[in-house]
Amino acid sequence: MELIKPGTRIPFTRYRYVAVAISSVVNLAVLILLFTKGPLLGVDFAGGTVAQLKFSKPVTIPEIRNALGELGAGDTVIQDFGQQGSNEFLVRLQRTSTQLGELGELIKEKLTKQFGGGGFEIRRIESVGPKVGSELRQKGAWSVIAATIMMGVYIWLRFELRFGLGAVVALIHDVLVTIGALILANYEFDLTIIAALLTVVGFSVNDTVIVCDRVRENMRKIKRESLEGIINTSINETLSRTIITTGTAILVLLALFVLGGGVIRPFAFALLVGFFSGVYSTIFIASPVVLFWEKRPVRKSTSTIGVSAIKK
Amino acid sequence: MRQSVLTRAVIFAIAIIAALIYLVPTFVGSLPSWWTNFLPADRINLGLDLQGGSHLVLGVKVDKAIENNIERVRGDLTNVLREKGVSGVNVERVEGTVLHITVPSTNAERLRGVLKSDFAYLVEAKSPQTSGGTSEFFLTLSKEEMRSLRDYAIDQSLETIRNRIDQFGVSEPIIQREGQENILIQLPGIQDPERAKEIIGKTALLEFKLVDDTANVEDAIKNGPPPGRQVLYGHAGRGEGVGNEKQAYVVESRPLMTGEYIQDARVRPAQQLQGASVELILNAAGARLFEQITAANVKRRLAIVLDNRVYSAPVIQERIGGGRASITGNFDLKEARDLSIVLRAGALPAPVEILEERTVGPSLGSDSIRDGVISFVVGSSLVIVFMIMYYRGAGVIADCALLFHILFLLAILAAFKAVLTLPGIAGIVLIAGMAVDANVLINERIREELRAGRAPRSAIEAGFQHAMPAIIDTNVTTFLSGVILFQFGTGPIKGFAVTLCVGILTTVVTAVYMTRIYYDYRAMTGKLKKISI
Repeated sequence: MELIKPGTRIPFTRYRYVAVAISSVVNLAVLILLFTKGPLLGVDFAGGTVAQLKFSKPVTIPEIRNALGELGAGDTVIQDFGQQGSNEFLVRLQRTSTQLGELGELIKEKLTKQFGGGGFEIRRIESVGPKVGSELRQKGAWSVIAATIMMGVYIWLRFELRFGLGAVVALIHDVLVTIGALILANYEFDLTIIAALLTVVGFSVNDTVIVCDRVRENMRKIKRESLEGIINTSINETLSRTIITTGTAILVLLALFVLGGGVIRPFAFALLVGFFSGVYSTIFIASPVVLFWEKRPVRKSTSTIGVSAIKK
Repeated sequence: MRQSVLTRAVIFAIAIIAALIYLVPTFVGSLPSWWTNFLPADRINLGLDLQGGSHLVLGVKVDKAIENNIERVRGDLTNVLREKGVSGVNVERVEGTVLHITVPSTNAERLRGVLKSDFAYLVEAKSPQTSGGTSEFFLTLSKEEMRSLRDYAIDQSLETIRNRIDQFGVSEPIIQREGQENILIQLPGIQDPERAKEIIGKTALLEFKLVDDTANVEDAIKNGPPPGRQVLYGHAGRGEGVGNEKQAYVVESRPLMTGEYIQDARVRPAQQLQGASVELILNAAGARLFEQITAANVKRRLAIVLDNRVYSAPVIQERIGGGRASITGNFDLKEARDLSIVLRAGALPAPVEILEERTVGPSLGSDSIRDGVISFVVGSSLVIVFMIMYYRGAGVIADCALLFHILFLLAILAAFKAVLTLPGIAGIVLIAGMAVDANVLINERIREELRAGRAPRSAIEAGFQHAMPAIIDTNVTTFLSGVILFQFGTGPIKGFAVTLCVGILTTVVTAVYMTRIYYDYRAMTGKLKKISI
């Protein structure tokens, strides 16, 4: 079976202006979204308490809200969780217990009064203090930034500076697109999301590596071709590999997304978006950056492969 | 060639057998003794999010411990000066950790002498001032002393908490220092996390203080207590709402005795008129001290204060020998038992606060495992079927590599007693989708070489050779992001980072090394006229 017929020559680089324009708009939109609506922060980052409740009989959110009443812990947000009909809910409280174990006990007490001792179960309760939350938030952001830069440096060392730059720009694009999708889908940002973003960075750079590897090889092989032509050839030659490996990863991610349970769903979602974006950005972002860098006004005679490009 | 294929096949077979042996303890419930004696018995451990349990991060308020220490030094200094007859000295604690000493200038030299000989660990916070016949000194603890106090406070807290948890009875708890001033506690499979937290978090500072019955309580509350006195409130039982401050007492700030002399603490069940109580048994030194205290203060009231709450304040009728005292309050039996645990284990040197808490019930954990296994089976089956459809024979080989990769990944996790968490399971599922990458690269390359007109044998040779740099580079980058993740992550996320990194290593080994053995074997036996790819 073959997805991409051999000898396929899609002139990807020809669409680079359109692609860069669209991507810039999308990224700008994400940035605006990030600073206006802002990401929905989970307890890991915002601090506060979240309790996962499971009831033995169907209940409604207003019923739970009534039963809980005033907990003295700031805003209470209650939402459905898990599969339809599993009677599971998440209760988010702004604050953490002021005293040890106080909030959990309080929730239990109030629910017992309303639904009886066996009518519900507190399946999970997580509390993070505000100090820890802001620490984690900073560490998380830095780790994603550090990973992105590290990937760029690695590609710079293994290939060339311009490929490293292309990879970094492509990764920033992927991370932004993933963040934007998470904000639009109303998923909370927590530690597993950071794990997902880091994985997106590590995985999405793979496609760029494959293309770079092929570009380097083709530079040695095909001497009479513009850089643009070589990049195009290389993208086409590696296209089926790119699609298949991303495809198999997406198969397992779909399984995780559908079957993996509520805690894993946002994680799988972030990876799905990030991996799709990774394929796109390798073809339409990383390569144009290499070309733009090459055609920047400082240097002139670079439309054909000069000595510098094949020095290795 | 013949030799090399055989050698590699043998090495590979040994690796598979070893992996299987390492996995037996994880999947077999109880092992016979001959196994545990000679073969590895380590298994993959489940993280708290999968087996249920509590993860707590406590912050030790070390500043409080240092303040307490300064307060103690203040008392010592006052006593020593009094003993040595240095008169007219006033020592006060200001700004948390600074001692402000005023002394008549005539005595300043003698004070200096005492400080030098007995309090060498005090250093000047500000230079001394002299005016109008009075000298002022500003002293604080030296940096080294502060640091050792800090370390001591954390170590002592760890020790005390460990004692308490041991007595509470949790199997395989993890209690360790995290960062500068935090303590990480993991309590697997705990049934009553609320109660555990109360036991862990109670400071349990027991003090005996004299009640000052001459002072007017209302006046003290309104205008502040007289010097050397403080206002304390009675203990409200668990049943009563928080904030129900009962009776107020004016007591002497200086405790006559603290809980350090406690040898044992026992629960006395409820009697007719009062609830359960906790009986304290003091050690020999404590018993002597208690006898002296009671003898010197007959007819006065002695407040028994726990964590700044007065539990009772009985009148001392006569000298009490034998070193027994009891704490009464509105206890139920459980509360009394918890109190006896914390009193036996000793006080925390400083208060602690819960910075982070994650508790997962056992039912959620088993649901997560089920969901994880289902998505793993479904996800990897999809990949396996796809690979066979797409690459046929070569797909089967890649699938074999995938299965071996899973085997090795789990075996390594078991061998290193790695902790499997929910994100860790997600990592295993994800890696199953990524594992075929190397084989896809190789296969695509072989197809290209075949199209270029090479014979199968040299196409395979060239395919492996040309795909290698890309395979290394892609895996290095993913591995690097895994390392960063490990650095950043906490418990569950670390589990994901570990499966990611180990998984990358095993995929490279199985996808490149193992499949190569197969193709070389085919080439060696001369059957490589046609390949299915």
